[in-house]
Parts: sequence; structure tokens; C-alpha cells
Amino acid sequence: MAVTTSPERDIVATPMQRATREALYAGAIALGLFVLFIGLRTDQNISNELILVQRWWLLAVVVVLTMAGRFLYVAYGQPFLANQKIVDVATGLLPESMAARFFRLPYFIAAIVTVAVLVFLAGSLDGLLGPGLAGYARFLRALAIIYALASVMFYFRTFIHAHFSALGITALALYPIIVVLVLALYGGSVAAGFQGSLKWVDNYGIQILIYVMLAWGLNIVVGLAGLLDLGYVAFYAVGAYAYALLGTQYGLSFWILLPAAGAMAAFWGVLLGFPVLRLRGDYLAIVTLAFGEIIRLVLINWREVTNGSAGISGIPKVTFFGLMTFNVSDPNYVAKVLDIATSSAYYKIFLYYLILGLCLLTAFVTIRLRRMPVGRAWEALREDEIACRSLGINTTTTKLTAFATGAMFGGFAGSFFAARQGFVSPESFIFLESAIILAIVVLGGMGSLVGIAVAAMVMIGGTEVLRELDFLKQVFGPDFTPELYRMLLFGMAMVIVMLWKPRGFVGSREPTAFLKESRAVSGSFTKEGHG
Amino acid sequence: MSDASPSVNDAILQVEHLSMKFGGLVAIGDLSFQARRGEITALIGPNGAGKTTVFNCITGFYKPSEGMLTLNRRDGSSYLLERLPNHEIPARAKVARTFQNIRLFSGMTLLENLLVAQHNKLMKASGYTILGLFGFSGYRTASAESIDLARHWLEKADLVDRADDPAGDLPYGAQRRLEIARAMCTGPELLCLDEPAAGLNPKESMALNALLMDIKDNTGTSILLIEHDMAVVMQISDHVVVLEYGRKISDGSPHAVRTDPRVIAAYLGVEDEDVETVLIEVGDEDVIEQLDTGPDATHGPGSSSSYFAGPVTDTVGHSEGERVTVSKGASKAGQVDARSGAAARPASPAEAKPTEKPSAAKSSAAKPAAKAPAKPKTPGDSNRGGGNE
Ligand SMILES: Nc1ncnc2c1ncn2[C@@H]1O[C@H](COP(=O)(O)OP(=O)(O)O)[C@@H](O)[C@H]1O
Ligand SMILES: [Mg+2]
Repeated sequence: MAVTTSPERDIVATPMQRATREALYAGAIALGLFVLFIGLRTDQNISNELILVQRWWLLAVVVVLTMAGRFLYVAYGQPFLANQKIVDVATGLLPESMAARFFRLPYFIAAIVTVAVLVFLAGSLDGLLGPGLAGYARFLRALAIIYALASVMFYFRTFIHAHFSALGITALALYPIIVVLVLALYGGSVAAGFQGSLKWVDNYGIQILIYVMLAWGLNIVVGLAGLLDLGYVAFYAVGAYAYALLGTQYGLSFWILLPAAGAMAAFWGVLLGFPVLRLRGDYLAIVTLAFGEIIRLVLINWREVTNGSAGISGIPKVTFFGLMTFNVSDPNYVAKVLDIATSSAYYKIFLYYLILGLCLLTAFVTIRLRRMPVGRAWEALREDEIACRSLGINTTTTKLTAFATGAMFGGFAGSFFAARQGFVSPESFIFLESAIILAIVVLGGMGSLVGIAVAAMVMIGGTEVLRELDFLKQVFGPDFTPELYRMLLFGMAMVIVMLWKPRGFVGSREPTAFLKESRAVSGSFTKEGHG
Repeated sequence: MSDASPSVNDAILQVEHLSMKFGGLVAIGDLSFQARRGEITALIGPNGAGKTTVFNCITGFYKPSEGMLTLNRRDGSSYLLERLPNHEIPARAKVARTFQNIRLFSGMTLLENLLVAQHNKLMKASGYTILGLFGFSGYRTASAESIDLARHWLEKADLVDRADDPAGDLPYGAQRRLEIARAMCTGPELLCLDEPAAGLNPKESMALNALLMDIKDNTGTSILLIEHDMAVVMQISDHVVVLEYGRKISDGSPHAVRTDPRVIAAYLGVEDEDVETVLIEVGDEDVIEQLDTGPDATHGPGSSSSYFAGPVTDTVGHSEGERVTVSKGASKAGQVDARSGAAARPASPAEAKPTEKPSAAKSSAAKPAAKAPAKPKTPGDSNRGGGNE
């Protein structure tokens, strides 16, 4: 551990002294930073005049919190972290890892007991504790469940690590079934199970998988070929509007329009690619960004066709491969054909499996392509374009194929999105979407399918979880809406992950061929491409 | 091109009246030479002489301002390289190259680097990806063959043990060999190597020589080589072309070039004392005067032979359209020409050569590796052509 000594005083500063000093600095910096941000606020009074609201208390709280945080980190956090690297003199062992200390059997049992008690009392929580405390109790229950699951995963970590893809796909395939079963048991009837599963399957499952698919599609362009595309959402929009327009105007089925939407998006990818792919790096990023905005503006302004910002509604639902439909009024309605109770959950569960299938298709094609000459050429292009040309690779067509393939998956995802929502409008295709998709790719680790899927789950699932945190209303007052802070949290999570793992969750790269054994290539050798 | 005459067909590459101008700077001026099939042709010259620019013209990275570059393939077809797009030169004319500053795919394994080099062949075999995506057997056999070819070249380059390591993890010498192996995986008929021995230690340099001789003897690939290491040039090349300021000052067998006074003055591994003797022989008082005052600190250490390469970079900074040519006095070869033209008019040039021979031969044997800096010149440094590493 670094100990600061000052030559003049010749006194070795203890961690406490250092912590005090650094806490004072941190407090001063926080004060300077926040005095205008937090200390003063402009507001309007009743007669619409601009007034200054002084919030010195809030400022004091923030500054004190900053100082306390810095103090604790320097006094306890840093020595603790340094300690982790020091071998115990007596035993010659490193101290137990933090994870091993965090996941312990007694804690695990305590978590299970907590969950059991709270689930058992679920119905009467409000009566017992009052609505305020009941909110906390539910939050505690969620934490306990997460902790218990994390403990199990920690215990089986080597196994999970070795079979991650297979386990992940199995878990995803079983997810709706498990949700329905658990909720059916919990609610006491199958119908309740289906009804309750709506939120879990739709808001979490489908929502996350759409982003997984989009991010995997963008990964081909950014992660493999190294072309920075800030307008990816344009292809998503092309796919969505292709299905929405052709589906509503000509009544064509989803199963015909899905490939058509993909092809159309790929066509636009090539069209955009031709003039743009001569550009490199920053220029490419700016032009693709502009392309995304142009598509959105066309959608808003070309009212005769796209119905402007009002959007297109009444988009036909997907049918069960033409055999059954999910329209209650239809004679072929699933529930009538199969003679089961009517529920809107069937459609959502069907959509879940549809998007899961599309995701797996994307992953399969990506994995397959990486091992083919085009895929290798994409990665080579990211590493060194000039060397590629010296080896006879036509870099223009190689870039175009990357652009078109990525766009095609964006188009697939778009037509699925339109089918799921039943409604599309230009508002769904703003730049922020492109940025989120790109952030997921970067967070996950460019080029890594598993890392990107995990990143999508954390980021999109995390923002969805914010909606669940009702108990925060008890803390911050009734008009506190946690969802509004999701971009703040998104940003904070990105900063933290990038500091902790600069190359994303999975920074290494799997080679596409090997002679003796396949060893992952460390992220320090791979390049990000220059556009 | 009349590729009917045998003497022409004997040449794999014919460079005729090649000129390359960057704004006002004439990087190559009216250069003509031939590289014969099955031989190693070395292209040498002081830093900034335009050697890399010649390579960039041959491999299509630059479009020459003037001139014709003809490549005659073994099957009788010939290509005008200046008309082919960049990526078709390796693909169709079968010209492969390496780079002065190594350009590997550092995040990919050695094997993958060599597989990328076989891109065009594999693309065809995979039915432009479509058939390969569905696992057609034709692609699988082609893919296995490409791995065999890669293994073959990894063995030749003595890198097979590291086949599954990232290329960026290799030591410098191994990276140079890998770049050559990668170029060979494209199945070239002409291999252009830009300073392959720069920065290698003697052992690595030996391994490189062995690899080049192996390529020459066993594949029938002709080699065009830029090299500063005179030991390498003298040992392995069959034919040497010497450039100075973008102009050819000598062309012939290694022996003939080594004894050419123009070359000695301009470039060849000449130590300061030897230069002095050479210059006394050819009678360049200006330069002797400079030598007497000692090396000029701002113009780099004088220990390198390339000290005598003139202030070429002085000409780079000029604005577009302004034609700047290097002053006559800067070219040492030009000075030799002038002096020997004046002094040796009674005596024949043939007589002048033997007198230089001992000193030149001695110096190039004693100090073969007259190293010149490998890094490209930037207009910023104002020294006299290098030696400022
Ligand atoms: N792209 C370019 N633009 C402007 N000047 C160039 C360019 N490439 C090379 N040159 C100039 O051409 C001359 C020859 O350079 P180069 O071929 O790299 O020399 P060598 O390889 O013999 O050391 C140098 O003066 C260099 O500055
Ligand atoms: Mg050079």
C-alpha cells in the first residue's frame, strides 16, 4: 500500500490522517461543483417570475455524503483492497476472496428463510405492516431471491462457466414455462398463472430479447467489422415500417414479410453503404447518425404513406405459422382450436419464443459467418484495412456485406417489433435507441455474443426493474418516478463497467480456427477498428 | 506490351519510365528497371530515396503520375499494374507485399492471419459464403486445404508452435517472418518485401535469409526486396537496383553495384574515413571540407552512411503546384558524375572503378550493416536524410 510521506515533515501519514485530508479535498471539490447545481435552483413563482430557490440543506447533505464516502474509501476500502493481494504469512494463502466471504451458507439459509416467510405472508403484508413497510418488505424479498439465486450460481460457477451457452439457452427456453408454473402455484390457478406471466414474459423477456437481437446485429458491423454505425436504428425502423405498411395495406402475412423486411433493410444498408464506406472513423459515425435521423424525418413528414407522427396502428398479429391465429374473434383462435381458456398470454408467450428463435438465428449466423472467409475478412478489416487490401481482399464489398448483414438483422427485429406492438410511430426510432444498442455492444465486449447478451439483460432488465421499485416512493415522496432515472443509472453503470473492464464484460476474443488448441485472444491485442 | 519476345517474358516485372510526384516533390523520377523471374532483385538506396513509393506504385496503393508497370505471369498473361484496382493486384496479378512498419492482424492468431490471406480462394470455394453457410462439403475440403497450406508456411517460418497465439504477442523478428508467410499464402508470383531485416538481431536475420532462399528455391516466386542490411543484399540478391532521390543511379549484379563509385558515394556501407578516401579519389572538395569540420550536431550523427543522403525533406514542405527538385549539389551520385566527368575525361570510367574497389569492398565487408533508420521521414525533421534514430 502506498504510504504518502512528505519530505518536510518526515511523518508517515496514517490511513486515518490521509483519509481525513482526502475527505476534506473531496468535500471542497463537491462544494465547488455542486454549489450552483444543487445549492441554487431557478424556479417560477405563481406570477410566472423567475426566482432563485436556495437549497443549502440539500447541498450540505451531498457534500457530507461525498466526504464520508471518500473517507470510508481511503480509510477502509483501500487498505482492504490492498490486503486482498497480500499473502498471509502464517498460511501462505491469499485471504478469502470477497465473493467467497459474501456468499456463505448461513447467509444463504437466512435468505431462503426470509423469502419463504415473506412469500407465505404475501397476502397479509399490507395488513400487518401497513403499505409503507410492506413496500420495503417486498423489496427485501426481491433482494433475498436475487441473493439466493446468486449464491447458487456462485456455488456452481465452474460448471456454469464451462456450459454457459447451453445453460443460457435452456434457461431462456424454459423461462415462460417456469414463470407460468411459479405464478400458477402462487396464485392457485392456471388462469392466474397465465395472467400474471404477461408482465414477466412481455416486459422482461421480449423486451430484453429484442435488444439482444439488435445488439447482436449491430455487433456484426461494430464489433466484427469495426465500422462505427450510429444510425443502426434506421434499419430497425425500415423493418418495422416495412411490416406495418405491407401488413396493413396488402394483408400479407408476417411469415412472408419477415424475410421481406430483412431484405429491405439490407438493401438500405447497401444503399447507405455505397457512398459512406469510403469514409473512415468519425466521418462514418457522423454520416450514419445523419442517415438515422433522415429516415426518422422521412417517416414523420411523408404523411401520405407513413401517417406522420401519428404512426400506423392495427398492424396484424403474427399467426401460428398460418395454422392458428391469436385474434379472439377469429374462428381459428388458438383457445378455440385447442379448446382451452381464453387468455392474452398465449400470444405473448408465442412472441417470446419467436424472438428467442430470431435471436438464436442471429447468433447461429454470426458464429457461422465468423468461421467463414467473409467473417474473417470482417475481423481482419477491423484489425488493419491496408493489410487486407495487400492480400487481395476487396474491402468495399466486405464492408458492404457487414453493413447489409447487420442491417438485415435490424430489419428482422423491426418487423418483430411492429408485430408485437401492433403500432409503430417514428418516436420509437430516435437516436437514443441507436445509442443504447451501441452502449450494449460496447459494454458487453465488442464481438462477444455472450457478453452482449449479458449486457442487454443487465441494462434493459435493470431499467425495467426500476419500475418495480415502488417503495422508493416512500423514501423520496409520492411524485418520485424511478424510471426517469434510468438514463442516469445507465450512464453510471457504463462508467463503472468501463473503469472495471475497459473492454466490456467479455474482453477476449475466441479464435475462429486453431491448429492444436483454441486459446482466447486477450483484448489487449485486438483493435476496435477505425471505421 | 509485346510479351512475345523471350527476353521480355523473362522479366516478371517491368518498370518503365515510372514517375511519382507528391505536389512539388518528385519522389520517383523516370525510373525503369526489370525484375527477372525466379531471381531476388534488391532495391536499395538512402532513406527517402523513394523505394517504398516504388512498392506502393507496384501494389496499387499509389497511382503513378506517369509510367508503365507490366507484370508477366507464368501462364503468359500480363497485367498493367497501374490500371488495376488496389485489391486486384494481389488477387489477379499475384503480387504480394509486406510493409516497412509491420502490418499484421494483431488480435488474430497466427493461423487466422494466414487464413485471411487465402480469402479469395476460400470465398470461391464457399460459393461466396452462401454454400458454405449450409456446410457444403466443397467448402469443408477447401477449408482443410487452406489450413494445411497455413501449417506449411508456419513450419517454413518456424512459427508452428505458436500457431494459436495472437500475432501481436510475437517478438519482432517472428512478426516479420509471419508477415512474409502471410504474403506467401496468397500464392504470389512476385513477392515484394519492404525492409524485412530492419530491426532484426543477427540470429533473426539469418533465419530470414534462410526463409527467403527457401522461397526462391522451392516456390519459383520472384522476390523484389528493399533492404538496408548490406549483408543480406550482397548475400542473397541476384540483381541490385540503386535509387537516389527517386532516380536510378545504378543497376546490375551485386558485385558491379558495390564497386560503382556513384553508389559508393551515394549510399553503400561506407564509413566516414572510406568516404573521404573515395571522395578524394573522385575529388569532391566541398564534402571533404564539411567532413573536416566534424559532424554537424543538428544534422544527426555522422556515423551512418546515410549521413550523406542530402536534405531531401527540405523539399517536402512546399505548397502544392510549386515544382521543387532537389538541388544538384545534394545528390552525391550527381557529384560523382560531375567530378568524374570532368576529371576522368582522359581516363575511361572502367579504369576508375578498380581503384575504388579495395576500400569499398573492405568497408562493406567490415561493416556490412550500415543501418539506416527504418521509420519514414516526416517533413518536420530537418536533418540530412536520417541517422537520427
Ligand atoms: N504519401 C506521400 N505524400 C507525400 N510525400 C510522400 C508520400 N509518400 C512518400 N513521400 C515522400 O517521397 C519520398 C520517398 O519516400 P519513401 O518511398 O518512403 O522512401 P524510402 O522508402 O526509400 O525511404 C520521401 O521524400 C517521402 O517524404
Ligand atoms: Mg521505405
